[in-house]
Amino acid sequence: MGKTLSEKILSAKSGLDVKAGEIIISPVDLVFVQDTTGPLTVRQFKAGRNQTLANPARSAIFIDHSSPSPNRALSNDHLFLRQFAAETGCLLFDTGNGVCHQLVAEKLANPGEVVVGADSHTVTAGGLCAFATGMGSSDIAVAWSLGKTWLRVPEAFSIRVTGMFSRGVGAKDLILHLIGMIGADGATYKALEFCGDTIDRMPMTQRLTIANMAVEAGAKVGLFPSDKITQEYLKRQGRRDKYKPLQPDTDAIYERTIDIDASKLEPTVAKPHTVDNTSLANNLKDVRINQAFIGTCTNGRLEDIAEAAAILKGKKVSEGVRLLVCPASRSIMLQANRAGYTNVIIEAGGLILPPGCAACLGLHQGVLGDGEVCISTANRNFKGRMGNPEGLIYLASTATAAASAITGHITDPREVL
Amino acid sequence: MQTILKGRAFKFGDDISTDLIIAGKYAHLRSNLPELAKHVMEDANPDFIKQVHQGDFIVGGSNFGLGSSREHAPLVIKMAGVSAVLAKSFARIFFRNAINQGLPALICNTDKINQGDQLEVNLEEGVIINISKDEKYTFTKIPAVMLSILNDGGLIPYINKHGDFKI
Repeated sequence: MGKTLSEKILSAKSGLDVKAGEIIISPVDLVFVQDTTGPLTVRQFKAGRNQTLANPARSAIFIDHSSPSPNRALSNDHLFLRQFAAETGCLLFDTGNGVCHQLVAEKLANPGEVVVGADSHTVTAGGLCAFATGMGSSDIAVAWSLGKTWLRVPEAFSIRVTGMFSRGVGAKDLILHLIGMIGADGATYKALEFCGDTIDRMPMTQRLTIANMAVEAGAKVGLFPSDKITQEYLKRQGRRDKYKPLQPDTDAIYERTIDIDASKLEPTVAKPHTVDNTSLANNLKDVRINQAFIGTCTNGRLEDIAEAAAILKGKKVSEGVRLLVCPASRSIMLQANRAGYTNVIIEAGGLILPPGCAACLGLHQGVLGDGEVCISTANRNFKGRMGNPEGLIYLASTATAAASAITGHITDPREVL
Repeated sequence: MQTILKGRAFKFGDDISTDLIIAGKYAHLRSNLPELAKHVMEDANPDFIKQVHQGDFIVGGSNFGLGSSREHAPLVIKMAGVSAVLAKSFARIFFRNAINQGLPALICNTDKINQGDQLEVNLEEGVIINISKDEKYTFTKIPAVMLSILNDGGLIPYINKHGDFKI
């Protein structure tokens, strides 16, 4: 009987012939935390009997969620994490390196690996065909010390995407559309496995955007096949030797198959306060915005910055709108600077934030005021997410956010392209 | 761990996110747990922390605990004295985190439970008695591996006791 991608990866890792529903113990290839979940993880680790990292070279700390630190307490958390890194010899990516999930994709995760992180968007590395999933601090502390974790092999949904996106429409619209269709708990405990000709052509940057949001449908993992595009990406990142092709078997058993025609999709927006509360951008023209935020582990990659610059070139951000653009990593920022994208954005009236999570989770750099509206390329619009329960967050693609920044209201990007 | 739990129900709706349980804006209090715990459920019910007593229950709808992986969410719920969370369904990471913190997360139909109802939960028998309404409900069995972790008081005590996963 054929295997899904999840069953293939977890069978190879556990050395067993595993099927959906089984509970297994799997070795882990990469275990990481960030600065808001890291301190509790370190404390849980220190409460354990074994206080040695199983694999320091594959254990990582990222200081990205509140960096540079906005206050004393968080600065002290950062000190605590740096000290732990110095004591144990684990990897440390300090302030300015960028968002953990982007760095995991750029530097660390490989096809067929099991990646666990104390952050729900760990699923991003599924774009590289790593079985990547988020966990809490206790699970990560134990994975650090034992080098393994327990997992339930998930049942999988096959998401088959065919056809060409129309101009101004892309991966973000696709994943928002899917979550709107199946609901914020539509894939709880499941794997989402993407396939189809649209996926076969899809560049890595967009695969990472989609995998990143798998958790917003409740999924444990969002997996893409490992193919020529994966191989090219790994080669560019200096990890040519880490490539291995991986596809689900043709007779794999999927709990559900969902077909999406990419050519029929339109710019899609998630309205407050849940990600499945979707609508077409075109229907939201009356929504005036105070802030547009382009960045995060969902849409802070070079292609996003390039797309924003192309839309903003020669135009001005609408009066009364703050446009915040945050490259997801140092390398992206350097490339965006070299290509002139950041200059275009600044000339249009936008501002560039240092690589990191920035305004996404309400700790600094763009907290909303009461009643203010933000159009954001991030992955969550929960009440209170951007630091104020009275703030209103609309999630959209980079193109929709950039177009809205110019007009001052939610705008279908095809109107300005 | 105690197998009979008694307390009042605090009712919440569907999709209670980890931001509603403990807002991300309080990240600066995460190394000061007693202060952090004062803000539990704040954006969902600002009076919750003033009214909750030792042993009470949080009763949610579907997809309780969606969102971030912050284990602080079940941790501050437990610190507030809550003895168990009951919901129609849980987001995956929250469910695992709750058990890892030794907080029972029980899946049952919560439609008939109202705010303030007196409940008695029997963890061993899998039964919830609604004393206020004289009704009886059952909850879905907790998977064996998670039940062992819960019985040992959480994942760290479990690993300290057994030295490894016992599956």
